[in-house]
Amino acid sequence: MTKPYAFFLGCMIPNRYPGIELAMRNIAPTLDLELRDMEGASCCPAPGVFKSFDKSTWLALAARNLCIAESMGCDILTLCNGCYGTLKEANEILKTDSEQRDKVNTILSEVKKEYHGSIQVRHVAEMLYRDIGTDKLSNMIKKPLPLSVAVHYGCHLLRPTKYREIKSPERPRFLDEMVDALGAKSIPYRDKMLCCGAGGGVRTAALDVSLDMAREKLQNIKDASADLIVTPCGFCVFQLDRGQIEIKDKWGVFFNIPVLHYVQFLGLALGLPPEKLGVYNNAVPTDSIIKKI
Amino acid sequence: MTEPQKKVIRLETLDPSFSEAVSKAGGEKINLCIQCGTCTASCPSGRRTAFRTRQLIRRAVLGLKESVLSDKDLWLCTTCYTCLERCPRGVDPTDVILAMRTMAVQSGHMLDRHKLVASLVMKSGHAVPIDDANRKTRTSLGLSELPPTTHTHGDALAEVQTVVKKTAFDKLVGYEWK
Repeated sequence: MTKPYAFFLGCMIPNRYPGIELAMRNIAPTLDLELRDMEGASCCPAPGVFKSFDKSTWLALAARNLCIAESMGCDILTLCNGCYGTLKEANEILKTDSEQRDKVNTILSEVKKEYHGSIQVRHVAEMLYRDIGTDKLSNMIKKPLPLSVAVHYGCHLLRPTKYREIKSPERPRFLDEMVDALGAKSIPYRDKMLCCGAGGGVRTAALDVSLDMAREKLQNIKDASADLIVTPCGFCVFQLDRGQIEIKDKWGVFFNIPVLHYVQFLGLALGLPPEKLGVYNNAVPTDSIIKKI
Repeated sequence: MTEPQKKVIRLETLDPSFSEAVSKAGGEKINLCIQCGTCTASCPSGRRTAFRTRQLIRRAVLGLKESVLSDKDLWLCTTCYTCLERCPRGVDPTDVILAMRTMAVQSGHMLDRHKLVASLVMKSGHAVPIDDANRKTRTSLGLSELPPTTHTHGDALAEVQTVVKKTAFDKLVGYEWK
């Protein structure tokens, strides 16, 4: 067993897509991973909104979450690109900028916490790719998945590269390789790196603009005849799944493309039953893909 | 035939210290911009709206402070960071936008919907708190009804609230404690 991870849930996954949380908890033993709950963790806080409002509050609340993992002596594992963006970036800033660290620690002393810079922040996709690898993943599969997959990386998994481990902002391949390793086929589609449209507080402030971006993405995926979308981000799942219903209500177009988080997709390949992976709680039904496998 | 538009910008209306202030707020490299437009061409939001990253940066460098800070287009950036990766001058346009947003908030230009999200974190610790439907979903999946976060730890929520009071974020957002 590798060393345990502090499992950072964030907001969207436990509170809107708990099926993703369930999938991660259930695939962990198969992958020989131990997850420990971060008791009392809060919102990361969301990079697009909080960093836009007040950087010192963003940094202090992120540092509080980092301190919880530090007290557990564990690296953080997150399933959401937004949480990864905030926690990874805040951790790097606080490790390298002593002035910021002192300021944050003065604030945190009010709640009897102190940031030390003793842990790393990992995203599940980056961790699976670099620590386990596609060869090992493909050897572990019990049920190859004969599906055409539109891979959506999500912006904050990749960018800004100055705060990312995998430095491939334009044409990354690692997630496609991780999908292909499960017996599925990652298919090309137009404008693949296009943002889902949810980030930066745009979904909150300008829903039409946000959904129009999702609509363009979904149309390109539909044109490529994908069976489903696979993404490693909880917020992108929300936008691309729930967004399809909102798009239908607004503009009368229903794409009907199932969306899964990568950990749910991996769980299916590992042979776990779909109900242990929470795949039936989406806005767009996923039955079509379960039938195909 | 339509008349050509004349737009006059008077020197005395400019605030020459504005780009320096943006720089201090986190958009350090704003003055390196050569107006090539790679940012605008890369922008997924600008494709469908009037949001023009290059133009916002130009206005900021000129010193059109109020026009920039009150511009709602400032809030159309999804922070996809594509422009930041592609900018040939290393201006880090996304960081410039984020810096101008924090300045906009400080000068009272915060959207009501954003205030709401901010207040949810102060109230619950989550920007997206649990709702009844998802309590049920969690239970039906065999998960705890509430996640092991600030939702189940009152002391942790109190910590979050202490932090936002300490940074005066509650005052910035105009949040009223009940």
